[in-house]
Amino acid sequence: MPKSALGGTKIVELCQLVAGPYCTKLLSDLGAEVIKIEPPEGDPARKLPPFFHDEPDPEGSGLFLYLNTNKMGITLNLHTATGKDIFLRLVENADIMVEDNPPGTMEKLGLDYECLKEINPRLLMASITPFGQTGPYRDYKAYHLNVFHSSGEGYLTPGGVENMGRPPLKVGNLVGEYDSGLNAAIAILGALYYRKRSGGGQYIDISKQESVMSLNRLDMPRWANEGEVITRAKLGVPYGGALPCKDGYTVFVTWEGEQWDKLVDFMGHPEWTADEKFKDYASRYQNGELINALLTEWLVDYGKEELYHRGQAAEVPFAMVYTPQDLAESEQLEERGFFIEVEHSTTGKIKYPGVPYNFSRTPVVVQRPAPLLGEHNEEILTDRLGFDKEELPRLGMANVI
Amino acid sequence: MGCLDGIRIIDFTRYAAGPQITLLLAFMGAEVIKLESRVDIDHFRRQESAVVWGSQRASIDCFNSLNANKMGVTLNLKTDAGVELAKRLVAISDVVVDNFKAGTIDRLGLGYPVLRDIKPDIIMLSASSHGAVGPERGYIAYAVTMGALSGLSEMTGYEGGPPAVMRSSADLRPGTAAAFAILAALNHREETGEGQFIDFSAREALSCPLGEIIMDYTMNQRGRTRSGNRDDCMAPHNCYRCKGEEQWISIAVSSDEEWESLCCAMGDPAWAADERFADQVGRWQHQQELDGMIESWTAEYTHYELMDMLQRAGVAAIPSFNNEEIFNDPHCRERGCFASVDHPEEGKLYIVSPPWKFSETPAEATAAAPLLGEHNRYVFGELLGISDEQMNRLETDKVLY
Repeated sequence: MPKSALGGTKIVELCQLVAGPYCTKLLSDLGAEVIKIEPPEGDPARKLPPFFHDEPDPEGSGLFLYLNTNKMGITLNLHTATGKDIFLRLVENADIMVEDNPPGTMEKLGLDYECLKEINPRLLMASITPFGQTGPYRDYKAYHLNVFHSSGEGYLTPGGVENMGRPPLKVGNLVGEYDSGLNAAIAILGALYYRKRSGGGQYIDISKQESVMSLNRLDMPRWANEGEVITRAKLGVPYGGALPCKDGYTVFVTWEGEQWDKLVDFMGHPEWTADEKFKDYASRYQNGELINALLTEWLVDYGKEELYHRGQAAEVPFAMVYTPQDLAESEQLEERGFFIEVEHSTTGKIKYPGVPYNFSRTPVVVQRPAPLLGEHNEEILTDRLGFDKEELPRLGMANVI
Repeated sequence: MGCLDGIRIIDFTRYAAGPQITLLLAFMGAEVIKLESRVDIDHFRRQESAVVWGSQRASIDCFNSLNANKMGVTLNLKTDAGVELAKRLVAISDVVVDNFKAGTIDRLGLGYPVLRDIKPDIIMLSASSHGAVGPERGYIAYAVTMGALSGLSEMTGYEGGPPAVMRSSADLRPGTAAAFAILAALNHREETGEGQFIDFSAREALSCPLGEIIMDYTMNQRGRTRSGNRDDCMAPHNCYRCKGEEQWISIAVSSDEEWESLCCAMGDPAWAADERFADQVGRWQHQQELDGMIESWTAEYTHYELMDMLQRAGVAAIPSFNNEEIFNDPHCRERGCFASVDHPEEGKLYIVSPPWKFSETPAEATAAAPLLGEHNRYVFGELLGISDEQMNRLETDKVLY
């Protein structure tokens, strides 16, 4: 077994859906041991699509399977005294506990950081919530849509609209939840490193709103610093961007001066490119819409793959709008080993997206698929916590596990 | 006291994705030394950048947002003496980060095998757009094109409309994932004494938040695409126009109970009793009509009024904030979402604060981004022991340039 970057690190996860589970998945994929605690009815992510072959099976949700690789799973009802006791014993032996309950919930259960640090002073605890543990909105309800729009990025999306009459949008999928999980994981590794050197535990408060806002750090301070309100009416680029071609959308930019010259070469010097209006960066910037109209006429004869690869060969930064199919079939992603195969009892072997970092000494290894509901109840309760096997049915009937 | 106090990082990065990596580590207390040169200056210091961002100050603002808390030196890596000085800096550092096109750092004579000989436990991360292997490894990419390559563009935009052009967040998301990888390697080094090389692919990092979308393809051969603000299950689930200029509120309803609360807040209008809206399935199927009816109500109130009313009723509703509103928002103020630093040329500049609240090791923005070569004396004089006289000669020879 090769060494892993976070081998030996023990994590207890009390999270649901996306942000919290993604946080601990990032850590479990690097070798940390994660015990995921689900309520007896299961993480609600199990009820969300996409399902394997579209069958709504709680063990077949692609969302749940993706977010919980390399974890062990137990079921536990924290509203019972025994359930709470089991939780405390797991936390006592853990390095890290991550939770995503609404602020105040852990306190009501008697399981907040003040209580947990009594039994484990070295514990790192992280809470992930929409607006953090303090401030006037801390108790506000927010799903991903709301979190994303609260961050300021929604107002800028999609860039380059002709009129502002249509609503601002979220970026695709549940990206803000993923952003929050990643930011929580960073904070945890920072605190873990500090603890390795200083010995101390601590508490980390992660706000999803701030996680997404911080990724827009170039736009957000622009009112305070320049008095400028940024809107989605402006395109992120003066010209280029996503333009239709023969079979989809091509995308390119020419940030650097010589890239424009190379684009002109690449197009075979159409007459219009010699126009004074396009002579330097500033004038091209002024006439961006005109350039795009002229480019669109030229692009219609070419396919997106052809433009991407031939454009890059000519040193013009072309790309293409990848669809999910394009991603799954990308030679580049395949060759670099981005996709991993995970064997699971419900789905058989399936291709999952892996990680974007290849470590020279501590390769990422899939040790196990996402846990079935309660899959590790017996292993954790008997081997780790010393329960007798015959006690388990009673815990089940008492709605503890 | 920050998590990473005592860690020194040599930072070869430019543009946005790379500087975001080291920014996050600098927020945690690492000493980051940014190497720049007049022969190949950072995008945000160029004239074109002022055109793109609207003014010189806006361009400096962006640079400041990405390079706060760092030190800056000038070093010309196209000279032998420059490369030698870079090596001497690596010898007294913990981490090296670059975001050159794959292979460039090796050609400069500063590849991992060379640096490992100088400092055996060095951690080096090379962040390129496609990673160091695969047929597209040499391709050039920027936020806009990476957004397209990752699948995010395909998934973002109005239903039936063109794919969205991504903004700078498409650089900062991968940058954040790379900082996570470095922290994992630092934790591993603390346990084992071993450094390592990390080959990082930005486009892959940007595809990770599309995990279940990609799996819908690998499991079911279904190619998902953009659908505005819509959700797979929830409805209503959109942004609605409010009273006032360009004001929008996001509203998401996940259950019958929340729907009833929304109806109650709207004063139980007759249309809401329509049987098409009687349950979640009906509301989802008829969401377009539903959106129109809701908007006729939201248009009567400001987004703040709506947030107050709806949150009190237990409905998830948050404005789609613009960058002015978010700066002045009471919650963001109380949470300290923006911090100001004193910039030597521009005076007070605000930046977005780090998105983590640590109880013991606060992460803070403490200093403005460096001016070009601002810390030459400290870094070459104090850290490397080079005399003023030698330094003057290195300046004349365009090594410190």
